[in-house]
Amino acid sequence: MELLTVLLEITGSIGVLGAGLAVFGAGLGIGKIGSSAAESIARQPEASGDIRTAMIITAALIEGAALFAIVTALIT
Amino acid sequence: MRQINNQILNWLKCLGVFLIIALAIPQFASAQPGHEGHNHPPGQHHNHNHGKKANKNANEKTLADYNDAHAAAESEGFNPTPTIMHHIADANEFHVYKNFSIPLPVILWDRMNGKFITGLSSQFKEGKDGYKLYHGAIVPMKGNSAKKAGINMSGVNLGKNTFWDFSITKNVFTIMLAALIMLFVFLTVAKKYKQRVGKAPKGIQSFFEPLITFVRDEIAVPNIGKAKADKFLPYLMTVFFFIWIINMLGLIPFFPGSANVTGNIAVTAILAIFTLLVVNLSGNVNYWKHIFWMPDVPVPVKIFLMPIELIGVLTKPFALMIRLFANITAGHIIVLSLVSLIFIFSNNGLSAGGGVGGAAIAVPFVLFISVIELLVAFLQAFIFTILSAVFIGAAVEEAHH
Repeated sequence: MELLTVLLEITGSIGVLGAGLAVFGAGLGIGKIGSSAAESIARQPEASGDIRTAMIITAALIEGAALFAIVTALIT
Repeated sequence: MRQINNQILNWLKCLGVFLIIALAIPQFASAQPGHEGHNHPPGQHHNHNHGKKANKNANEKTLADYNDAHAAAESEGFNPTPTIMHHIADANEFHVYKNFSIPLPVILWDRMNGKFITGLSSQFKEGKDGYKLYHGAIVPMKGNSAKKAGINMSGVNLGKNTFWDFSITKNVFTIMLAALIMLFVFLTVAKKYKQRVGKAPKGIQSFFEPLITFVRDEIAVPNIGKAKADKFLPYLMTVFFFIWIINMLGLIPFFPGSANVTGNIAVTAILAIFTLLVVNLSGNVNYWKHIFWMPDVPVPVKIFLMPIELIGVLTKPFALMIRLFANITAGHIIVLSLVSLIFIFSNNGLSAGGGVGGAAIAVPFVLFISVIELLVAFLQAFIFTILSAVFIGAAVEEAHH
């Protein structure tokens, strides 16, 4: 628990730590979407419009989930 | 043809520079902490009622919070949290410069005395009819609410449950302004379409035609189907342009912009409730069958899926609400934090060299984030609309095997 106490002193509150973890997860997820979208456009450039739309929607959904965690961290 | 392209390019460059200047420079003016507005004797800072914090109600912000913020501000330099929260939240006036604010009408229903109290917010500065403008918001004065025993400073208590606030606040004003803008623009466009039947579009009509066909051909028709999309287009277009205009108005740092409307969760909640109503009131038998008794799966799975699908009916609009609220609020908080960096570096105005250094670091970041916020303003409107279209499409879909 020593490490956690030290971390808390640096970051200020455990809620903000949770928000940072959520952003980490969102970054991973959206990175995967971006990479698979880029690969698909490289394989089939004619479908780039559909792929772009699907990428944006999926990224917004994942970001929505991460923002749940951030909002909960902010209000407490 | 090349000349026209060059002209357009030049016009876009000028617009870009103007936007960047208009967005970046006034951010500093609007972020000033209004210390001159609080006329309280400095000796009162050290009366912290620590005992009262134990029985603090969730609704009732005691004055100890403001006291602590002020004490921290005076001892350690600039504390950005109250300034940022003040700029994110709703207020009964548009705060322009240290003591100068643009007032807005105040309409209250006093529950204790059972009467309406109206006026302009500038009349409430010293208190009127038992209510006072404190830090930009209307609060009841000392004698008004006998039940709420909040901490009193300058005769003001912060218990908020004694009145209902129907005032025209910043958010209400901006919503009305967006509605007026939309009415003006779309009635003009519709009139032009009737006048110029069969001719090529010109002027404002040609500016909005790609946007309107974008909403119809990329958002509504692929998700709802060509036959039924027209029925839902009014709702989808209204939501799309409303959210876009309101987000853009919130990015302008001065009056009539500068109000963080979608950062008020009540506004996004109402938009999500509209989507909930439109989706569920237009659901056909196939839609409800999929929720309560999903076809083509074994019976135990059907029973297991029913509560999950029922909760899903509520969580999908809930996610729409949270997504819009948090994206726009987070963007505003980032911009305000970067601008507060200047005040932190300059030690709240004491160090000019620090101020210049802070500005040199903060201004490029503020520009960068503001441009991203322009994209996010459009993107969040687009996402809200396209997810609403997807839910509506699921609700009106015919069964197919």
